[in-house]
Amino acid sequence: MADAPALRLRLEDLTKRFGTHVAVDAVNLDLDPGEFFCLLGPSGCGKSTLLRMIAGFETPSSGRVRLGDQDLTALPPHRRPVNMMFQSYALFPHMSVARNVGYGLAGLGRTAATARVSELLRLVQLDGFADRRPESLSGGQRQRVALARALAREPKLLLLDEPLGALDRGLREETQAELRAVQRRLGTAFVVVTHDPEEAMMLADRIGVMEGGRLAQVGPASELYRRPVNRFVAGLLGDVNLIPGRLGPVEAGDSRMVQTPHGPVHASATALSEGASVVVAVRPENLIVGTEGLPVTIADATFLGDRLRRTLRLPDGTLLRSSGRPDDAGDPIGTETRACFASADAVILPA
Amino acid sequence: MRAGSPWRLFDRLVRLPPLLWLAAFFLLPFAITLKISLSEPATAIPPYLPVLDWQGGLDGWSAFLEALNFDNYATLAADALYRDAALGSLAYAAVASLILVAVGTPLAYALARAPSHRQPLLVALVVVPFWTSFLIRIYAWIAILKPEGLLNLILLRLGLVSQPLIILNTDAAVIVGLVYAYLPFMVLPLYAVMNRLDPALREAAADLGASPTRVFWTVTLPLSLPGIAAGAGLCFIPMVGEFVIPDLLGGSETLMLGRVLWSEFFSNRDWPLVGAVAVLILAIIIGPVVLFRDSLRSGEEGRP
Repeated sequence: MADAPALRLRLEDLTKRFGTHVAVDAVNLDLDPGEFFCLLGPSGCGKSTLLRMIAGFETPSSGRVRLGDQDLTALPPHRRPVNMMFQSYALFPHMSVARNVGYGLAGLGRTAATARVSELLRLVQLDGFADRRPESLSGGQRQRVALARALAREPKLLLLDEPLGALDRGLREETQAELRAVQRRLGTAFVVVTHDPEEAMMLADRIGVMEGGRLAQVGPASELYRRPVNRFVAGLLGDVNLIPGRLGPVEAGDSRMVQTPHGPVHASATALSEGASVVVAVRPENLIVGTEGLPVTIADATFLGDRLRRTLRLPDGTLLRSSGRPDDAGDPIGTETRACFASADAVILPA
Repeated sequence: MRAGSPWRLFDRLVRLPPLLWLAAFFLLPFAITLKISLSEPATAIPPYLPVLDWQGGLDGWSAFLEALNFDNYATLAADALYRDAALGSLAYAAVASLILVAVGTPLAYALARAPSHRQPLLVALVVVPFWTSFLIRIYAWIAILKPEGLLNLILLRLGLVSQPLIILNTDAAVIVGLVYAYLPFMVLPLYAVMNRLDPALREAAADLGASPTRVFWTVTLPLSLPGIAAGAGLCFIPMVGEFVIPDLLGGSETLMLGRVLWSEFFSNRDWPLVGAVAVLILAIIIGPVVLFRDSLRSGEEGRP
């Protein structure tokens, strides 16, 4: 199964307009063969429309979808070497599990198709369920039937629309691990659409954050977390402190000064011009309570075993969050102290 | 649930009017028809015997019951006319139902696949013929189908035929009339079922390599079967007893129970025999009604 030739998906200026509304706005994306890619964004950001254009259910207003050297843009869904796992699974209620999984194998002979179906059911650990109807299966089992069915034709690329959205919490983590294991084993490129940042981080090699129809940022989870390009991406992938200020002049080295109302701070260099209104984004675990930096008051402190979470108040009332190792604790609530961060741990974003 | 009794009482009261309605306007007339079918024709008012003597007490009742007999049913069984009329009714209704399925399915599918903002208008167009009297619409078919009618005019002008086709007063005209008149009853329930199908099912099938034709035959059609059964049942049942269409469009040899019933009633004034024919129609229709009800039930269970 894994010896299918690796093909690269390429989206070129892909755009979809519904009337005057631009659902997907000039998206360019290159997917590595065998990559697990995740499109992340809130509902209405265009991620599902983008996925449906790759599958062929929506016709792009402009732009191209290419797979390897093949242009898919004008092909109807049933002629694309791409398969999709639907959000509601869309299992055929009038067919058994085996007939669902084997639906796409019409071109194969009967014996070959039967063998392939058993192989797929083994892959998703559903051997013995071949004759069951979808309605008699649990949510997790349905999800696995949908996965097996979508993989039956050995797609060059598998699209998954909110694959875990219909599962409850406990089952979700287990299924995430299974999904990753299956993807590794087959080496097929997966594109998952989700609105859940945690899910995206757990599943994907790379994440593309979508905002208002545009791809705001593409990269591995760690890069998106540490080096977000804007406030939206920064806030989407976890807790972040945003300290407003005015950007100082260009400096030698890889840091830059930002003048905040509470004093100057240093953060990683940026191409923004001097005097721009900016925010400094610092993750709670990088905000260190100590003897230098911004003047703060400890407003709250919670001991959480592996870490100590503190709420700090700046003189103007703005609250910051800090999350540190419990052994640097000590100061009681109400203590006036200082908070700082390494310039490499903070990024400057347009306000 | 908690405050059970007043609600239960209310539920029962709500159920009462329809039951009374059915008893007064269906059960009672049927009992009278059944009674008449067991009587004998007579030159009297009413034109049958015996008439129940309400003053006769118990003796009157027993005399009345003894006078009832199954002679009319024996007549129905013995005379080939009635058997042929029954078979004819079933055959016309069956052929028309098959054509209705063949014509109604693509029509309902087209409605269900139309852009959703256009669907209300298209559904309204299916129902629009109801705004004109049924009788007038059937008369209009006479004007279309007669030898010098619209259809033949077009066919002759196009050179497709050299002589006018004889369609009016044949079986073909009856079938045309039945299909035309009952098409909305086929299309509407079928459209309702097809419209509710999850579009993701069609997309999933297409995604798995199925051509639009295969998607229709393997996914849309099987999942629409409850609607097809509902529509076919809704049409078949009244078509068995249809009178106006065979009478206006059919020929003298068009044998259907509704026509027999009419002529026995108005020409022969044989009320008891008419009663027997009416009971026969009901007996013929009960089978399909039970099937129809079961198909509706299984349709409901099949839904996720």
